Amino acid sequence: MKPKRIWSWLWIIVGGLYFIIPLVATFLFSLQAKKSGPSLVAYQRVFSDPNFYKTFLFSLEMAIITILVSMLLVVPAAYWIRIKLPQLRVLTEFVTMMPFVIPAIVLVFGLIRVYSGPPFYVTNTMTGTNTLLVGAYFIITLPYMYRAVDNGLASINVRSLTEAAQSLGAGWGRILLRIIFPNLRTAILSGALLTVTAVIGEYAIAAFLVGIKAFGPYMNLLGGNRTYESMALAIISFFLAWGLTGMIQFASRGRTEALPSVK
Amino acid sequence: MLNNQEATLADNKGKGVPLVRPSRLKWKDWLAVVPFFLAIFLLLIVPSLYLFFGSLQDAQGNFTLANIRSLFSDPLIATAYANSIRISIVTAVVGGILGFLMAYAVTVGGLPRGVRAGLVTFAGVASNYGAVPLAFLFINTLGRTGLMTAFISLMFGLNLYDDLNFNLYSFWGVSITYLYFQLPLMILITIPILEGLKKEWREACESLGANNFTYWVRVAFPILLPSLLGTMLLLFGNSFGAYATAYALTGGLINLATILIGQQIYGDVLHNVGLGYALAVGMVVIMAVTMAVYYFLRRYSERWLQK
Repeated sequence: MKPKRIWSWLWIIVGGLYFIIPLVATFLFSLQAKKSGPSLVAYQRVFSDPNFYKTFLFSLEMAIITILVSMLLVVPAAYWIRIKLPQLRVLTEFVTMMPFVIPAIVLVFGLIRVYSGPPFYVTNTMTGTNTLLVGAYFIITLPYMYRAVDNGLASINVRSLTEAAQSLGAGWGRILLRIIFPNLRTAILSGALLTVTAVIGEYAIAAFLVGIKAFGPYMNLLGGNRTYESMALAIISFFLAWGLTGMIQFASRGRTEALPSVK
Repeated sequence: MLNNQEATLADNKGKGVPLVRPSRLKWKDWLAVVPFFLAIFLLLIVPSLYLFFGSLQDAQGNFTLANIRSLFSDPLIATAYANSIRISIVTAVVGGILGFLMAYAVTVGGLPRGVRAGLVTFAGVASNYGAVPLAFLFINTLGRTGLMTAFISLMFGLNLYDDLNFNLYSFWGVSITYLYFQLPLMILITIPILEGLKKEWREACESLGANNFTYWVRVAFPILLPSLLGTMLLLFGNSFGAYATAYALTGGLINLATILIGQQIYGDVLHNVGLGYALAVGMVVIMAVTMAVYYFLRRYSERWLQK
């Protein structure tokens, strides 16, 4: 074997071990819930805990609402900027990248200070708090969403489609609803999946706004007092991430751009 | 270009039916983007400005620079920043170098195609993995009763904690854990960059008598350097803003800038509201500088590495 290839293998093995050992360790420990020997008891307990479903569905619901809100705000704006207001392009690229500069913990700090006190008192009601949570998720997923939609718009001929629709007498609402949204379905799907991935186990923002109602804080709580269940949950999360990543790669046909996510 | 086109269409008014309806920009045209920018204004700009102006006020609401000055003099805050920056530098450099080597191995390093596919898939999954379960993984691996801790003690008779003074809930522990999302990001960004190196460059080098080493040192590496440095800055920012992983791992016991902000939200641990705002603003300033240099380097490197 050529020396170059030996080095290549070495680095892959070093990195690969670093990636795999924690998973193997966690998996092996997760089987030890019963003293008598390996068992899947920890997994059974996770799946029979009603809070597991409750918090997971809550976070999923927040993710879906975030996706809908994002779509309604981002798609018309991105479309309009492309077709009518190109002078806003630079500004838009700047603001949609701003969430990378404002860490999630800083964002939630600012949101709580502005909206939990006078004159807004948004966090006094459950609806208000959930709305704020969705708002925060709209912001942290904006870089993914905007790029997904804008790339989608770039790959279809927006101008011709618009002109064709107009010549047939369609108004703007109809064009957006019947032409632009359907033609963007791939982009929207990949943006939506990225949003689900970012939101479902999100901890920092959820912990401060809604606490253990959300999946991230629920997992953290479990880590504090249920050792084996938390290990099982880590493995389950891995497969969840695997599934979502697979779907993202499928939806975007491998053209996903690597962007940092909230940790 | 677009304006010209629309001007011509507008000039044609009445001479036939223009396809895009003739339009000079009317106030109504701005209306379509108002909800989008309003949401960003309310949810991103207003909170940021609130923190910014709050950091310039004392408890009575008078203008002061004392909070900004305290960022450097308050030992708790100075340590928090220092820890955050140190962890970010270590994970950016280690993650950057090892990530580059792994990306190199699967692209130009002569490994079978399947290894590249496997690595890309795994890196995608690892970078999407949640912060809280990530903390669990490392507690099970390098915690006091973790698998590797036990393995090392079995193999070498050394206890990581008692003999080597290691602690998962401290600087090195958090750094090792952060690498789990830093490495994949580096790998995912670097693979396409390495694949953007043109064959012609190597051929040109070889025809001029250069060997592989000279090619890398004199041609490939100088071309790659700006984007590698840029990506490492991205990793720096990624780790600098991280909160959930460190919190779930240490229960908030490590003093990082993000953890301190978290404590400031729960209850005014700094006993000074304005100082808390200044702490957050300081983070944003560091992030902004990092990302600005990142974008500059990326633009610079795109001159050579156009795909």
